[in-house]
Amino acid sequence: MPAELEPGGHESPEDAASPAHALELLCHLGPAAHGSTACVAWEPAGDGKRVISLADNHILLWDLQESSSQAVLASSASLEGKGQLKFTTGRWSPHHNCTQVATANDTAVRGWDTRTMSQIYCIESAHGQLVRDLDFNPNKQYYLASCGDDCRVKFWDTRNVAEPVKTLEEHSHWVWGVRYNHSHDQLVLTGSSDSRVILSNMVSISSEPFGHLVDDADLSDQEDRRPEEKSQEPPQDSVIATYEEHEDSVYAVDWSSADPWLFASLSYDGRLVINRVPRALKYHILL
Amino acid sequence: MKNDFRKMEDEMDRLATNMAVITDFSARISATLQDRHERITKLAGVHALLRKLQFLFELPSRLTKCVELGAYGQAVRYQGRARAVLQQYQHLPSFRAIQDDCQVITARLAQQLRQRFREGGSGAPEQAECVELLLALGEPAEELCEEFLARGRARLEEELRGLEAELGPSPPAPDVLEFTDRGGSGFVGGLCQVAAAYQELFAAQGPAGAEKLAAFARELGSRYFVLVERRLAQEQGGSDNSLLVRALDRFHRRLRAPGALLAAAGLAEAATEIVERVARERLGQHLQGLQSAFLGCLTDVRQALAAPRVAGKEGPGLAELLANVASSTLSHIKASLASVHLFTAKEVSFSNKPYFRGEFCSQGVRESLIVGFIRSMCQTAQNFCDSPGEKGGATPPALLLLLSRLCLDYETATISYILTLTDEQFLVQDQSPVTPVSTLCAEARETARRLLTHYVKVQGLVISQMLRKSVETRDWLSTLEPRNVRAVMKRVVEDTTAIDVQVGLLYEEGVRKAQSSDSSKRTFSVYSSSRQQGRYAPSYTPSAPMDTNLLSNIQKLFSERIDVFSPVEFNKVSVLTGIIKISLKTLLECVRLRTFGRFGLQQVQVDCHFLQLYLWRFVADEELVHLLLDEVVASAALRCPDPVPMEPSVVEVICERG
Repeated sequence: MPAELEPGGHESPEDAASPAHALELLCHLGPAAHGSTACVAWEPAGDGKRVISLADNHILLWDLQESSSQAVLASSASLEGKGQLKFTTGRWSPHHNCTQVATANDTAVRGWDTRTMSQIYCIESAHGQLVRDLDFNPNKQYYLASCGDDCRVKFWDTRNVAEPVKTLEEHSHWVWGVRYNHSHDQLVLTGSSDSRVILSNMVSISSEPFGHLVDDADLSDQEDRRPEEKSQEPPQDSVIATYEEHEDSVYAVDWSSADPWLFASLSYDGRLVINRVPRALKYHILL
Repeated sequence: MKNDFRKMEDEMDRLATNMAVITDFSARISATLQDRHERITKLAGVHALLRKLQFLFELPSRLTKCVELGAYGQAVRYQGRARAVLQQYQHLPSFRAIQDDCQVITARLAQQLRQRFREGGSGAPEQAECVELLLALGEPAEELCEEFLARGRARLEEELRGLEAELGPSPPAPDVLEFTDRGGSGFVGGLCQVAAAYQELFAAQGPAGAEKLAAFARELGSRYFVLVERRLAQEQGGSDNSLLVRALDRFHRRLRAPGALLAAAGLAEAATEIVERVARERLGQHLQGLQSAFLGCLTDVRQALAAPRVAGKEGPGLAELLANVASSTLSHIKASLASVHLFTAKEVSFSNKPYFRGEFCSQGVRESLIVGFIRSMCQTAQNFCDSPGEKGGATPPALLLLLSRLCLDYETATISYILTLTDEQFLVQDQSPVTPVSTLCAEARETARRLLTHYVKVQGLVISQMLRKSVETRDWLSTLEPRNVRAVMKRVVEDTTAIDVQVGLLYEEGVRKAQSSDSSKRTFSVYSSSRQQGRYAPSYTPSAPMDTNLLSNIQKLFSERIDVFSPVEFNKVSVLTGIIKISLKTLLECVRLRTFGRFGLQQVQVDCHFLQLYLWRFVADEELVHLLLDEVVASAALRCPDPVPMEPSVVEVICERG
């Protein structure tokens, strides 16, 4: 993959309707001395002036100045060790004032602090084989999801990296993407090269493990109905739906930033499928 | 007759007068002698009294003489006779003196008797006699009871100490049979004697006395049991049950005798409990023995698999190893069953107890031992599947294969055979729930399936790693024109063949789809058509150049989606299909991540053709291999900025050469 990067436009899947704009090159991210770039990520909050890129075994933090026409290297870190270490993917954590970044190399997941560019935590052997994707829980600090070539999706608490909080083994081949819903973090989307997209309901490790807590004062005229509907035990984790519209490996999945109930998946044969969360579940979560 | 009568009458008259005279004379004599008669009677009375007095006066000296001579019985008799009289006349000073003397002597006598009793070396009947005499002397009974019991206790404690000494570390420890014999005859015999004598002597003491005896027996009995249990605990190491069973039998039998005598002391129940405990522990030991034997077998197998092959000598084949493991496990199980069976033999005294008839057979033997062992076998086998890390370095794959075949065999035949054998030998007589054969068979099958799936994954991973490295580390953009097939592909084919042979040793062939006659000559028509005519060209006339994507999509619609990690059947073809699917899918994904130059693409083409030539014969459905390899080449072509495929004939030449 060419070392230069064109951070000019961020195309979301929903842009398919409008006529395609021509991409305009704004700037290059520094000299290409670092090798091939695996991943580029924008800072989630803030004014969009900071970018991280992963090249070979380096993490590079860039400051974009003068309306993004110039990129200045703010700081960098590299991974030392034997063999040819190479970062495969990275993700910026939306918590902690956006100072944490997680990266994956081979089977390990590492967390970095961008203020000091030092390693915070390291999950060795997160997966049996290569780690393909990472995502942070938008509502719960310290929670991280990773997926890999051992066909598993694992959820971690970064304060205790010895063991995953939960493991999912629904796919029958490598899992290429895992994404949390931006607002309701019990909805987790995973796409795999067995051509399936699976939407899971991870209630027990979400920020609302017991569903909505309803105020007693609101139960004025529906008192007799509610107590039977709300059971005291937490709902179980489950697979909500398996989407098999793709004929080939699914390489990317993501949630829409406009509508929290829409998601899209992209497969090798160029098929983009847009789906909705089932209505029953949507109302269950909302109400 | 008249004369006669007259004569008789005269005679009778004369008789009457004579009688009157006689009567008269007799009365006169009695009257005369009356006086004398009275005096003589008085004299006789006085004589008797004097004799008694003489006896009394002589009593002390007589008693002394008796005591000296040791004729205690006689002395006690004398004493008994005189006591009442002395008691009555003790206000008379002379009698008083005699009584005092007698008492002194009697006290001495009693003391001597006690002394004799205490020395105790004279054996039980003499002791009984002493006790009897002492009782007759009026000694308080509780004291005598206590002392009697204390005597008995001293003897029995000596026995116990002897037994304890045998338990000590000083060699050589006699075997358990001798121990129980000695304990039985020494201790239990002694206890019986003491109990019998006590009951005879102190029968008159009533329930209090019996209570004392029961307490005594319980206490000593419990100490005896403690020693017996310690000795039995030392036996735990041995695997031979016959000696143990005989010893337990003797022990139990012995304790049935005092059990009758000492019903209140509960010795017999305690003995039965001890026997039950020992039996349970033996069962536990047998289970452990079976488990360790199984693990030992597995270790041997691993060593045999890991041993370097000596040139010219074939190592043991997998089938042989499997047969060894199966037969040795079966023989261990049978040996355990046989030795445990001794516990329920007819001539053993405790085999009639309800525990041994019922719970021992069903829960102890069938459930804990047999079913427990089979379950632990399945668990051990499954633990190989869950080994940490997916590198699979610890467990040789051949072991996984062997274990899965073992479990499958168990499920089909062996489990039912073993359980039938158990049920025959141990007729179950109680209603406790037992695990049915079908449950165990289902568990064994599940274990076999998991092991086989894990084997497929591990072997698939090995080949996948090879393919992945080969794609990732090569520089595809600047590679030269391909002259031969890459070495890694040949290696893949070799490894697949080796796996095929290995699996074929243990599993049957399986079913394959019918092969078309020209299967090995098939070329990549989708790709090599240079994008202007697809396989489906005859069905519609293209007016514009078809997009390959559309073509391949249409093609995919008509073919089944390949499920890479589908469940594996128990035959060779299914296993190999699984492994090849995993490997080819890895190749596909890795190819999609690289960029290829023109010659890079051609190299991929050559490699895939080579693979297709050799891998089709391993899978159930050769279409699968074609499909996957087609995909690989098509993906490589999409990743190539300058795709120019090689001519099929050249590809074939290179493959045949390499």
